[in-house]
Parts: sequence; C-alpha cells; structure tokens
Amino acid sequence: MLAQLISSLTDGLLLGFVYGVAAMGLTLIWGVMTVINLAHGPVIALGMFGTYLLFTHLGLNPYVALIPVAVIGLVLGLVIYGVAVQRVINAPHLSSLLATFAVNMTIIGIGTAVFSTSPQNIDFSLGSLDLAFLTIPATRLVAAGGAVLFTAGLYLFLYFTRPGKAIRAVANNRNAAELMGIPSYQVLALSFGLGTMLAAVAGGLIATFFPFTILSGGPYELKSFVICVLGGLGNPLGALLGGLILGGLEGLIPSFMPVSWVPVVEFGLFVLVLLIRPSGLLGAK
Amino acid sequence: MKRLGVGLLLALWVIALTTFPTGTFAADKTVLIGFTASQTGKLNVEAIRQINGLHLWVEQVNKAGGVKLPDGTVIKFADKFYDDESKKERVQELYTKLINTDKADFLISPYSSGLTDAAAVIAQQYNRIMITAGAASDSTYKKGYTLVYQTYTPASRYLTGAVDVLLKMAPQAKKVAIIHEKDKFSTDVVNALKKYAEDKKLAVPLFEGYEPGTTDFAPFINKIPADVDAIMGGGHFADTTTLARQLYEKKVNTKMIALLVAPPEPKFAELGEACICVIGSSQWEPLAKYTLESAKKDNIPWVGIAGDDFVKAYKAKFNEEPSYHSAGGYIAGVILQEAIQKAGSTDTAKVKAALDAMDMMTFYGRIKFGTTPKDQGLQVGHEMVYIQWAKDKAGKPVKEVVWPAAGATAPAALCPKR
Repeated sequence: MLAQLISSLTDGLLLGFVYGVAAMGLTLIWGVMTVINLAHGPVIALGMFGTYLLFTHLGLNPYVALIPVAVIGLVLGLVIYGVAVQRVINAPHLSSLLATFAVNMTIIGIGTAVFSTSPQNIDFSLGSLDLAFLTIPATRLVAAGGAVLFTAGLYLFLYFTRPGKAIRAVANNRNAAELMGIPSYQVLALSFGLGTMLAAVAGGLIATFFPFTILSGGPYELKSFVICVLGGLGNPLGALLGGLILGGLEGLIPSFMPVSWVPVVEFGLFVLVLLIRPSGLLGAK
Repeated sequence: MKRLGVGLLLALWVIALTTFPTGTFAADKTVLIGFTASQTGKLNVEAIRQINGLHLWVEQVNKAGGVKLPDGTVIKFADKFYDDESKKERVQELYTKLINTDKADFLISPYSSGLTDAAAVIAQQYNRIMITAGAASDSTYKKGYTLVYQTYTPASRYLTGAVDVLLKMAPQAKKVAIIHEKDKFSTDVVNALKKYAEDKKLAVPLFEGYEPGTTDFAPFINKIPADVDAIMGGGHFADTTTLARQLYEKKVNTKMIALLVAPPEPKFAELGEACICVIGSSQWEPLAKYTLESAKKDNIPWVGIAGDDFVKAYKAKFNEEPSYHSAGGYIAGVILQEAIQKAGSTDTAKVKAALDAMDMMTFYGRIKFGTTPKDQGLQVGHEMVYIQWAKDKAGKPVKEVVWPAAGATAPAALCPKR
C-alpha cells in the first residue's frame, strides 16, 4: 500500500509541475490586465500540435521543438491581443471574456477542420527510470525539469529585466506606471504574449507523454483556473505551488476512493480557498 | 363531338409519352434517409467514417439502378444529414427536424451508443425505422423499442471472447484486472465481461472506471495487483491509446492486454513498442473473410458485394483504408435495402416485418435481429473478430486476426516481458 501511495504521489507531483506552467500563463495575464483568457485551452492544444508537427515532419527532438513552439506562442499571443483583447481591455470583464471565448471557438473550429479530433501521438520515448519499486517514465521527469526551468526563467525575467519590471509595474498600478513613462500598450501585449507562450510550452511538454486532440486543452484550462485560485491569482510561483498541490491530489485521491471523487475534492478545495483565503495561498492579503 | 373527345385523349396520351420517359411515370420513388453525423466534436473521426461508408452505399445502389419493387416501382435513395456536434441534446432536436421538416422515410443512427440512445426514442415516437450503426450498447434495444435495429455486435459480447483467448493461451490464468471508461458503452461491455470472467472461474481483483477524457492513468496502473494474468477494458480511441501507452511506460507485466475500440485502428500502430501484444476486438476487419462459401456453409443467403470490392471502392473514393466504422455505415444501408427489397414496399410495418425475418451473410458478417420483447432489434447474428498487434520481420507493428480460430491469420501470443 505504501509503495502504491508513493508511486501515485510521485506521478501526480511530476504532472503537477506541468500543470503549474500551464496555469502560470493564465495567472500572468490575469495579474497584469485582469483578463480571464478563455483561449488558454486551445493555445495549450496548439502547443501540442506544434511540437507534434515539428517532431513528425522536421524530425526535431520534442524538447528542442519547444523553442520554436515558445516563439510561435509568443507571436500568437501578440496577435490575439491585438485582434481580440486590446480594444476591450478597459471594457467590463464580460467583454474580454466573450472576446477570448470567440478566439477559443475560432481556434477549435479551424483546428478540427485541419487536424480533425483524431488523437495524435508523439512516438518518442526516453524509457523509464526504475528506482526501487518506482517506475517513472523519463518523459515525465524531463517535463517536470523543463517546467522548473521555465518557471525560473520567467521569475528571472520578471525580477531582473527592464521589460519584466515594467510588466510588474503595470500589474501593480497601470496608471502610475503610465505616468512614469512605461508604455502600457506594449507591456500589456507582451504580457499576453508571454502568457500564451507559457500555455503553448505547457502543451508541448504534455504532448511528450499524453496523446492529444485539438480539444485536449480544455481540461488543462479548467485545472489552470483552480490552480490560479489555489496559488494566488497573478502570482507565477503560486501557480507552480498550486499545480503541485493539484497534481499531488490527483495522484493520491484515487488510491483511497473512486476516481470520480477527484473533481469533487478539487473543486471543493477551489470553493474553500475562495471562502477562506480569496487571494490564494501565495497571493497578497 | 365524340370523335373530338377521343382525338383529344389520344393527343394527351402522346404528349404524356413524349414528355415523361417510359417507365418513370409514377414508378420512380426517392426514399430519403435521415441521420445526424458528428462532423465536429470528439466523435468526428469515427462518425465521418461511418457516413463515408453510408454514402458509398447510396452511390452504389443508385448507380446499380436502385431497388425494383414487385409493382414496378424503382426506389432510389437520397440522404439528408446534419452535424450533431457529438452532443445528445442536438441529436434529439435534429432527428425531430429530419422527420417533421425534411420528411425522412427511414433513419440511420448517429455514431456512438449515447447519441443513438437519444435518437432511438425519437424514431420510435414518430414511427420511423432506424438502423443503428456505431451503437453497440445493449440497453437501447431492451427498452421496448420496436423499430430500432442494430448493426454492431452488442457490447455484452464485445470483449467476452478475450477471456476465451486468455484461457486458450494460459489455461492456468486466475486473475483479470478491468479498468474502463465510465460511459454507457464501455460500462455495458465490462459488466458483461466481468460476469463472463467470473463464470469462467477467473477472479477480478480490480474493477474500476475512469471518467471520459481521462489522460493520466498512473493512479489506476499503480493499483493493478502485480500478479494479474490479464488487463482488460479501456473505452474509446483517445483514452484507450493513452492507457496502452502508459501500461508500457510503467513496465506493467502481464500475460495479456485486451482493450476496447482503439487496437483495431491503423493509427494504434503509432504507439510503436507499446502496441505490441495488445489485443482488440473489432466489428469487422479487411482481413476477415466472410464469403459466399461461408454463407453456403451456414445455409443462409449472401447479400451485397464482397469484402475486397468494398475495400477497393472505399479506398478509391475516400483515399483511406476503411475501418469497421466505415463498414458499419455501409452495411446499415445494405440492411435497409434488403429489407425494402424483401418487403416489396417502403411501408414501415412491412419493412419492419422483413427486418424481423432477416438472416443473411454479408462481407461484414452475419446479420440477424432479436425478435423477443426482451431483445427486439438487438444484433444476434454478428460476431466480433479479435486482432493482436505483433511484429513483422522488419520489427514493425503488424495486425493479425487471432480469434475466432477458424478465421485466424496467426495464433494469439502472450505479452513479452517489458
């Protein structure tokens, strides 16, 4: 029983790192511009397809493919921001919600027409690592490592570079930042681009161990909302922590009770955090 | 005056003869077949293959001159369909529209048991015959519907043959773990599988369901006892493919893995090493040989084209290998055609009587329906074919038919150590 628990917890935590990266994109966008990005799920799916296409057609190693996927994700984010978000950024939240929902439906529609909903699979294996009674697929280990690297990169960017500091300034107080000469339009566009880039990268990492379709981003988008609330909206480190908690729960709960209880516990926790600590575990009080 | 009248009548007759081609004057009838197809949403791959099969049948039957009834009427077929978006609520709305607005004479089901169950109630309510394709769940045919006829082998017989294969390969086998998707079809399959396994004195130490859309199977795989002889279950393509891959990555060792839906699909080979030894049941395989001879052997009539001709025509039209979904769609049309032919009419009651009496062999296998109140319309003639993925000489995955033994292309093999 103990072996089963440790195995399940390890599997869950490794997955949690990737959940964290996916949620980080969502939380960044919310933190900077208070936009709930409903196009987050389809972008995760596009990240999966990007990695898949680069692997199958150009023979690129899936982890190397993450670099062009990240760049494409950034550009896609800038485009989505310019086309759908920028004009409604000062409108009530419902407007940006509907605008990003429209982008969501557009991507899914085009994706279904181009790729169908047939599951795709990256036939790439690094084998498995045997540690005593644990058998850990190496792709999950590498994905967790990649997630940590991206988190560290984002942290360094936000705290030690000029554009990063500008993002934090705009997130803190947009009017004050503008008065200090920070071009908020560019900063908001960059934040949206970075958020989208993180979603695409998370998708690319997930694609190395799970088959996927154009609809696969949906569940991760939903998890990202829970994670953002758990960790604290607007806080990238909180997103990683939230991801680990959610992954751990998903690993452990099925050991004790039927798996259908997982969403009950997850969303129960979601409501509980909203009630007791609405700002999340690492959010400002 | 009388002469003038006769003259006028003659003139009208001549005009009628020259205006309408001989024989089609009130003797041609177009029967409209209505259905929904999941062109979008999670079922779009299987659903599109199913309608491709059906469209091929419509094209072929019309090209061959349609169905000629004893009274000289020539029946041609046309179809009308809408996208149900893989959603139940759309299905009921659209079937009602097909019947009331489009005036569909006969119905074909959407793909999947869940959607078909939603459509069947509408067919029955409006007194339309529905031939179901892609709908294996037994429960739809046990609700007292009298006009719903099943093409697929029902879910209750979907994986039971895998137990027979296991006991043939490893007669000392004692334990089977079952992990399954918690949808209508998969639940029907594994409930029957569990009962069958227990009847055969096999213990089922793990019997657990997962939600549709699950991608991480590690929590289930960690729960599989180390000493099980076989792992069975799964659900639909996406989840079953993921389960097979993760069983391999977690190095689960067992004598046999038998899963639903995904293994017969050619795309399953993309799993590489992870697909080797996995057994799957299929409604139909191009390798399966149902022929005129097998019909003669069973003393039942042969209907329709040969399997090879179907494969050739399908490939030529759609540029892909037909799957059992495609064959199911095609055969649903053949069933309707044969029933109208036998009934000599398109009247619902007469066609229903012909369907109840139907017992025929096609390239897809035998077709016969249950006629008791408990299984009205349930498919009782058709049998599943079991395939297993093995390696060819070059080490690439290759599909073999391993059961029933009579039609096998290779013997079933135990799983290698992972």
